[in-house]
Amino acid sequence: MFGKLTLQAISYDNLIVMGGIGLMLVAALTLLGLITYFHKWIYLWNEWLTSLDHKKIGIMYIILALVMLLRGFADAVMMRTQQALAVDTNQGFLTPHHYDQIFSAHGTIMIIFMAMPFLTGLINIVVPLQLGKRDVAFPFMNALSLWLTVAGALLVMVSLAIGEFSTAGWSGYPPYSEIEYSPGVGVDYWIWALMLSGAASTMTGINFLVTILLDRAPGMTLMLMPLFSWTALCTSILMTMAFPALTVVTALLGLDRYLGMHFFSNGNGGNLMNYVNLFWIWGHPEVYILILPAFGIFSEVISTFSGKRLFGYKSLVYATIVIALLSFTVWLHHFFTMGASANVNAAFGIATMVIAVPTGVKIFDWLLTMYRGRIRFTVPMLWALAFLPTFAIGGATGMLLAVPPVDFMVHNSEFLVAHFHNMLIPGAMFGFLSGYTFWFPKAFGFRLDENWGKLAFWNWLVGFYLAFIPLYYLGLMGMPRRMQHYGNPEWQPFLIVAALGAFLIFIGINCLIIQLVVSIWKRHENRDAIGDPWDGRSLEWATSSPPPAYNFAVIPEVRCIDAFMDMKEKGVAYVRPTSYQAIYLPRNTGLGVIFGGSAFVFGFAMIWHIWWLAMAAGLAMLAAIIVHSFDDDNENCMSAAEIKLIEDSRFRVLSEAKQTQKNGTHLSINPLVYQE
Amino acid sequence: MKTYKSINLWVRFFKIVLPFVLIIGLDSCKLNHLRDLEPSGPVTRSIDDLFWLTIALMSIILIPVFSMTAGFIWKYRASNSKASHVPDWNSPIWLEWLVWLFPALIVLILTIMTWIYTHRLDPYKPQEANTPPLVIQVIALDWKWLFIYPEQNIAVVNELTLPVNRPIAFQITSNTVMNSFFIPRLGGQIYAMAGMETQLHVIADKPGRYFGENIQYSGQGFPYQNFETSVTTPQDFDAWVKKAGQSAQILDLSAFIELSKPSVSHPVVYYAFVSPDLFNHVINQYIGGQKSLATVHVTHDNPVVTPNVR
Repeated sequence: MFGKLTLQAISYDNLIVMGGIGLMLVAALTLLGLITYFHKWIYLWNEWLTSLDHKKIGIMYIILALVMLLRGFADAVMMRTQQALAVDTNQGFLTPHHYDQIFSAHGTIMIIFMAMPFLTGLINIVVPLQLGKRDVAFPFMNALSLWLTVAGALLVMVSLAIGEFSTAGWSGYPPYSEIEYSPGVGVDYWIWALMLSGAASTMTGINFLVTILLDRAPGMTLMLMPLFSWTALCTSILMTMAFPALTVVTALLGLDRYLGMHFFSNGNGGNLMNYVNLFWIWGHPEVYILILPAFGIFSEVISTFSGKRLFGYKSLVYATIVIALLSFTVWLHHFFTMGASANVNAAFGIATMVIAVPTGVKIFDWLLTMYRGRIRFTVPMLWALAFLPTFAIGGATGMLLAVPPVDFMVHNSEFLVAHFHNMLIPGAMFGFLSGYTFWFPKAFGFRLDENWGKLAFWNWLVGFYLAFIPLYYLGLMGMPRRMQHYGNPEWQPFLIVAALGAFLIFIGINCLIIQLVVSIWKRHENRDAIGDPWDGRSLEWATSSPPPAYNFAVIPEVRCIDAFMDMKEKGVAYVRPTSYQAIYLPRNTGLGVIFGGSAFVFGFAMIWHIWWLAMAAGLAMLAAIIVHSFDDDNENCMSAAEIKLIEDSRFRVLSEAKQTQKNGTHLSINPLVYQE
Repeated sequence: MKTYKSINLWVRFFKIVLPFVLIIGLDSCKLNHLRDLEPSGPVTRSIDDLFWLTIALMSIILIPVFSMTAGFIWKYRASNSKASHVPDWNSPIWLEWLVWLFPALIVLILTIMTWIYTHRLDPYKPQEANTPPLVIQVIALDWKWLFIYPEQNIAVVNELTLPVNRPIAFQITSNTVMNSFFIPRLGGQIYAMAGMETQLHVIADKPGRYFGENIQYSGQGFPYQNFETSVTTPQDFDAWVKKAGQSAQILDLSAFIELSKPSVSHPVVYYAFVSPDLFNHVINQYIGGQKSLATVHVTHDNPVVTPNVR
């Protein structure tokens, strides 16, 4: 009846796991209780869960990312504590089996369920606004992507309570991940979580590829698109092309495990090298999927807060395209040590180094954007400024790893761990946090608290250096990654410093939480009445904060790269249109949630071999899609009168704001940001 | 005022903290050399040179990045009204080209270097020396290393002894999941994979005791899967071979099957005789449908007892 699932699947004796589950349950029950107490269920369902509005879907993506950040970071803290303790006779507080699950969960969560939803959320909120659009190309598919990602994340969370998670690392190399070496359900949890979210990411890629290429505001040619939209386009191409490889490779591994096939097994014709090859054909572009949108954010932020047009816009665009293309040509550098010939290794080493050229170009272009600018040290800008030198250090160590003989010495070591955290924390996380602070007022209509933001920033930055610079040394001292325990006492001091760094980042994350609470508390003080809190340059700042459901009552016309800056300079930024037209918007539907929920049940049933349930859930998924495809009446019409009402109140606010500004030539220059 | 304060912090950060981090970083790499990771063979010495050469070349990019970041932050801060502000500065075309050519030039140098060194330091290339190489067959097991000396007809678990100045030819495979064979002071790592043979050629030119390890995660016993490597004089090596040859144990198929079972912190064991061609048997059992040694093949089912710590 319940397949492999029995009550023994819950590890009652493990205090840490039980504590984690307890905490999660308390948090979840409190949330549900509050929603019930404030009678918000109907509001939640009507306004959020069923919404096809790209801005709301984006916000829900980012909420998911922040929740998963907490989970992934809790894993990180446990690993750092364990390694700071577990030397020689001390076994630390985690058993090998538990520790191995934690590093696997940490990697999977941070990449697939933190970074991916974060960037997808930001792209969702911002790209249609930047391009002067009313929605994405496929709003329903957008909701499917969101709820499939949520389903995958839920599977990872459930694995904590019921059963176990994979111990094979986030890359799940066979034959270790095959059924004969990993007979438990852990790898199956990992496979299904990746399958669901991988399908979601492929759909997101297709959706934004079409959204960006299909049509944009009148006059906005590709070479007039803001940089963030450009990076979103390139990331979408990478998602569309790379994620199927992940889906295929996890599916093949699943066939090995479920049906006794031998794609990657030891013996019977299986070969692990095929897995490693396919995995990194996805895995390397994935790195750029994460980093490119952050590059876009930095471009917007550095230009905005330097009060200056981007230096080398064309260079930056071409560099982005070159990085996207080259990202498919370097995957072999993840396994130089597999015994390929010197010609092969050298060729892929060189291809890897070539990527450093467009990346270097970007760094210098951002620096030259600051040259003769007027730099305002707001929180988004601080993240960007810290990114520049920190990322350069990570790039330099990446060049070391790209030299095959050097890679032979430091591959699989803590040096490698230090390197990719040094790329992904400044290169992706700092970018996302910068974008989060930058676009928060656009999404919610008020700015985030500056002081708590700065405190969070400094703790993150110092914590980052403390946590990861020591790992470089450890790698050079020969310390492997993924060690639950080690015998060499010389490694311990470095690991204690790293644990201290993790503690600082912990404070930083707490500051972010406090920042959010304080900002909601003081939302009236930090209100962004006119919709342009930073003296912005691109179209998303032209509409109100938060934007109306239709984004723009009349789609603005674009003449140059910094379209909104140009409108402000010409004095046409806030001109009241003579008349409005009716706008059609996608109608809310609950089918996305139903589909995602069924997908979660389907995955769970497959993991535990509950075949009847898997069949029922699979049919429910199919039914949701069929019902949707027969629903022709899926748009709402907003009449011109309704729109006029909303727009009139916006212009009332604008004219009030104008009166309060003394020398009101430039409406958009917010007195709160220009302090000199 | 507030902005001013934060700039000050920034400047302090770049002036003090970053160089400090860098200096300590570079310094301690040297420190390692004084301690336990001093290169002890021509391979690791070349790699060490290559490491520093790459860092030197990269600093040609890093130094301008650091100084431009610090300099521009300081000079063009919003509170500095003296600095010029040109919001629509038309970037000169030569500068845009320079931005491409400068990193491209450094990368070009690195590229040439990479091509030459990757071929020179190819782990499959035999070491040049007057003496013929000593062949050692390495089999990764859960969670220990088996070294077979076919010429000497001995085998040993978790201990490696090498004669100084004689080229060593490792033939490497795995009887379990993928491992990575690594003796940091002597050479780079190479994967050990079931059904396949990988190779590593090194030469040790300094007698001493070095540590060796599996550096690819392979399951619960992985943290304990290391071994001591002794580099000795030819006389001491011969004595060691003799000592191993006097062991009462022999490594036939049944002994190998017993040895293949998962174990943690396995003690050093010497075998006086090794079943002929055992290494190739271990490889062949995973190829095609053959199952000549099927019973050797292990899984991780056996629960691990709490490991004894070495």
